[in-house]
Amino acid sequence: MELNLTRHASSFYDFIRVEHDYLLPRFQVPGEIVTSSFAQPPHGTTILALKCLEGVIIAADRQATEGYQVASRHIEKVYKADEYSAIAIAGAAGPCIEMVKLFQVELEHYEKLEGEVLALEGKANKLAQMVRQNLPAAFQGLIVIPIFAGYDLRKNEGRIFKYDVTGGRYEESDYYSTGSGGKDARNTLKKLFRPGMTREQAVRLALEALLDASEEDVATGGPDPVRGIYPSVKIVAQTGTHDLPEDEIRQICELLLSERRR
Amino acid sequence: MAIPFYVAPDQMVQDKAEYARKGIAKGKSIVAMESGMGITLVAENPSASLNKISEIYDRIAFAGVGKYSEFENLRKAGIRYADLKGYAYSREDVFSKSLANAYSEVIGNIFTREIKPLEVEILVVEVGETPEENQMYRILFDGSISDHHGYVVIGGQADKISQFLRDRFHDDLRLAEAIKLGKEALEAGQGGPIRENTLEVAVLDRARPGRKFRRFSALDLRELLAKASLGS
Repeated sequence: MELNLTRHASSFYDFIRVEHDYLLPRFQVPGEIVTSSFAQPPHGTTILALKCLEGVIIAADRQATEGYQVASRHIEKVYKADEYSAIAIAGAAGPCIEMVKLFQVELEHYEKLEGEVLALEGKANKLAQMVRQNLPAAFQGLIVIPIFAGYDLRKNEGRIFKYDVTGGRYEESDYYSTGSGGKDARNTLKKLFRPGMTREQAVRLALEALLDASEEDVATGGPDPVRGIYPSVKIVAQTGTHDLPEDEIRQICELLLSERRR
Repeated sequence: MAIPFYVAPDQMVQDKAEYARKGIAKGKSIVAMESGMGITLVAENPSASLNKISEIYDRIAFAGVGKYSEFENLRKAGIRYADLKGYAYSREDVFSKSLANAYSEVIGNIFTREIKPLEVEILVVEVGETPEENQMYRILFDGSISDHHGYVVIGGQADKISQFLRDRFHDDLRLAEAIKLGKEALEAGQGGPIRENTLEVAVLDRARPGRKFRRFSALDLRELLAKASLGS
C-alpha cells in the first residue's frame, strides 16, 4: 500500500470510489434480475428505536434467516456508528454489515480530517446517500433498510431517522420499527409509548415490542434462555453511545416471559 | 534548444537541504515523550484551530513542523492510508511502522525529484499495549527516518531541546509532569517563556478503549500545569 498525496474531499466513500473502486460494497449483478429463489442470502429482521428522557433506545432481535432456515441465532444488528449515534439494520445481512462498516469509517474519517464531528443531520444525510447507492441491488432482492439514532448535541435531544430503499430519509418524532416483524413491534410501541419515558421504561418497552414481534413473525428471534441469547439494546445519550448490560436485558426478558406464563 | 546548466548532484542535494532547513528552522518545535500512561506530545502553537498534532488511527498520532500546508497534506494522506488499511484488512493491522516508511518514501521521492523539497519534519508515534511496544519515528525533509525511545524532538530548535531533555527526562513521568517538562523544554529551546494558551498538547493514552488519542483543551491544560507546579 502506498501513501497517496492526491487531494481528496473529507469523504472516505468518495476516496475509495475514486482510488480503490474494488473496495466499494457493490452487490448488484449486471443485466438479469436475480430471483429470490436463487441463492437467498441471510436476512436480518426486526429493528426498532424509541425516544426516552435520556436520548434514544435502539434495539433488535438476534436472528438471521435464509428463506425458512435459521442462518444465525446471534447475529448483531445494532452498531455504534460513532460516539453519539448508532445504527440498526434490517435486510440482506451481507450488504447491511458492509454498509455499517463503511458508514463507521466514513464518520471517523471525516472527524479526523476536518477536526470536527459531522452534525447529526449530516450523518443522517450521508447514510441516506449510501442507502441510495444500494438501490440497484435492492431491486435484485438485496435490500438494506437502516434505522439511525443519534444524540443531537446542538439541539440537546435524541433523534430517530428512518429510510426507504431509495435513500429517502424521514425523521420520526417518537419511535419506529421496521424489518419483517417491524409492523408487529410497531403495534406494541404505538399502544405503549409515552413521551418522556425513563430509560428503564423505554428499554422494557423495546424488549416487549421485540417479544411481540417474535411471537407474530417467524423470522424474528425471541429471547432464548436455553442458549442465553437475548436482543441487543443500545442507548444513545448525551453521555455517548453505550451497550445495555446483558444482565439487565436478560432480567427484563425473563420478567416479560414470566408475565406471559400460564 | 537551450541546454540546461549542469549542476553537480551533490551540489543540488546540498542546496535543497539548505533550503528545506531554512524553512523548518522558522517553525516552532514539538516534543514527544513516553510516559507511564502512553505518549505525550507538546507543541507551541499560537493558533487554536490550525493544529500541529493530530490523530491518525486508534494508536497512532502525527505531528508536523514547517510549512503548514505541506504537513497538513501529509497528515491527511496518513489518515487516508490508515483508514483504508483498517477498512480493507482490520483495525489491528494498522501499524505506525508501515505508515512511517510510507511517509519516508514519499517525502524522499519529492526531495530527489521535485525542484522544491518539502519544508517539513514530521513525527509518527504509536502507543503499544506495553511501554516496550511504543514506537516513535522522526522523518526529515529528505525522507530520512529514525526511530526513538524516551523522547524525540522535531523543529528548528530540536538539538537545543534534546540537550535540555537529556538530563531531565525519565520514563516514569506522570501526565502533568510530562506536559510541564515539555513546556520547559520548548522554553529552553526558544530562550523565553511560553504562554499556556499557546500550547498544543495531546496524548495517546494507553488506558483509553479504542481510539487512544486525546487533545487537551486550554482549561484542561491550565489545571494540569497547576497540578504539576504544586507537585514539584
